[in-house]
Amino acid sequence: MPADSPFVALSHPERLVPVQVDGKELMLPEGENLAASLLAAGVRSFRETPVSGAPRAPFCMMGACFDCLVEIDGIQRQACMLSVTEGMDITRPRGATHG
Amino acid sequence: MAEFDLAIIGAGPAGMAAAVVAEKAGLRVALLDEQQRPGGQIYRDVSRASADRVRVLGADYSYGAGLTTALAESGVQHIHGAVVWAVEDGFRLSYTANGTAAQVSAQRVLIATGALERPMPLPGWTLPGVMTAGAAQILLKGSGVLPQRAVLAGSGPLIYLVAAQMVRAGVPPLALVETQTRGDLSRALRHLPGALRGWRGLAKGLGLIRELRRAGVKRFTGADRLTVEGTDKAEALCFRAGGEDHRIACETVLLHHGVVPNTQVARSIGVSHRWSSAQQAFTPVLEAWGGTDRPGLFIAGDGAGIGGAMVAELSGRLAALKLAEEAGHLSISERDRRAAPLLRARSRELAIRPFLDAAYPPYPGALRPDNDTLICRCEEVTAGEIRQTAALGCLGPNQAKSLTRAGMGPCQGRYCGLTVTSLLSETTGQSPDETGYYRIRPPLKPVTLAELAAMAETGATDPEGE
Ligand code: FES
Repeated sequence: MPADSPFVALSHPERLVPVQVDGKELMLPEGENLAASLLAAGVRSFRETPVSGAPRAPFCMMGACFDCLVEIDGIQRQACMLSVTEGMDITRPRGATHG
Repeated sequence: MAEFDLAIIGAGPAGMAAAVVAEKAGLRVALLDEQQRPGGQIYRDVSRASADRVRVLGADYSYGAGLTTALAESGVQHIHGAVVWAVEDGFRLSYTANGTAAQVSAQRVLIATGALERPMPLPGWTLPGVMTAGAAQILLKGSGVLPQRAVLAGSGPLIYLVAAQMVRAGVPPLALVETQTRGDLSRALRHLPGALRGWRGLAKGLGLIRELRRAGVKRFTGADRLTVEGTDKAEALCFRAGGEDHRIACETVLLHHGVVPNTQVARSIGVSHRWSSAQQAFTPVLEAWGGTDRPGLFIAGDGAGIGGAMVAELSGRLAALKLAEEAGHLSISERDRRAAPLLRARSRELAIRPFLDAAYPPYPGALRPDNDTLICRCEEVTAGEIRQTAALGCLGPNQAKSLTRAGMGPCQGRYCGLTVTSLLSETTGQSPDETGYYRIRPPLKPVTLAELAAMAETGATDPEGE
């Protein structure tokens, strides 16, 4: 766990798998919630808003706020509603290009 | 298309309990839920919680394992990972699961979609590092992940529970910044005699507060002017309490000032809602069993009005008895015989609500945010813009939506709807009922073309059961 994450994980994951976040490799616990795993790995901002480009991160963790939207295989999806799978290719949506 | 006697949306306490009762009575039941495992948010992932996690979360959480076990042992078709995006008369439910859209049909429908955190717009609430207290609980229940340097802000018993769980996990919060005042407490005291019928709930709350005191967690009450500082992430919570300005440096701010019914599905199919001044939210208009003005359409749990997990479970059972009777699987006398103890238990559980509602009212600063505060997170609309439209003659949320785009983003107003209603009614002087709420239309959650195409290819796929 990176020392600079504002979050701690209470237990140690069984199996870490590589995923790509904006082209950088991160090792995340397989099968665990994607948003929680990214937060624990020290990812602070998940996306920039289409309106002002402001950074956002998970707010509700229950699929209601859509602030955890990331792009996976070209489709914007809620990270809090997904599990970590090996080789996920995640892009953080940037600024006003997406609607 | 798979056909059922009853389709239930949401596998929290209300949905799980109702599903098991209805299935035992002889109905073919489908239970659709967005998560991979049953439990709802309150018992999230309880079926796979380790002993250590249960120690942190407490017995009220592990209690839920009884419900998930009963569900697993029943013949209920549990369709997990299913995001319901349309409910049509008749009834037909459209949902997406595993990247494919699918449908089920059912004679009757029970909506058990629970609650949402009450929107708490204040300066800086959109910064990364600001979450709901409920989100922190979900991180803990589902993933064993906790914020290390966090402040809890707002009001309500959930704040004490989250704080106590953080203490037990070894990462206590830096402080509790509570917005309720002494005046609120003294107003609440007149409800105390009634609340004593629910003394177990009161005793638990007091126990949590003692636990926090022993752990040395700092508490501020009567806090006002809450602001989250930071440019690209939360860096501090600033507020005023006890006549002084305070600033607590932190990395995470957990907001909470109560929960409100999640009314999206019910509204989308035209169920009438009314403003509840006690709960400061809209609740659906229901008869005693949870039936709506639509024949065959029921609502149970927090989505019917906030009562908490035990009330939700009892209401789920009651709705299921009525549904089974309507479907001809239960006589009226049998229904009533089985309902009597549930009704008594529910009224005992509800006894504490008037006290809690009065003692922990919503934070006034977030009900009437400053003009510069963003109230619509998705489209980044400020409170001032909404007030301006009202001043120009806009009377209702739908017009405000087309003028400002508030409520047009992907969350479909879940985190701005109540704020827009209250800002409009504050400015126009109309009541919340006269002001109304957003019109909610399907799809209730975004569906992609690929998901729809997958449905077209396979025909309406049979649901994947558990
Ligand atoms: S964090 Fe709110 S939808 Fe994912």
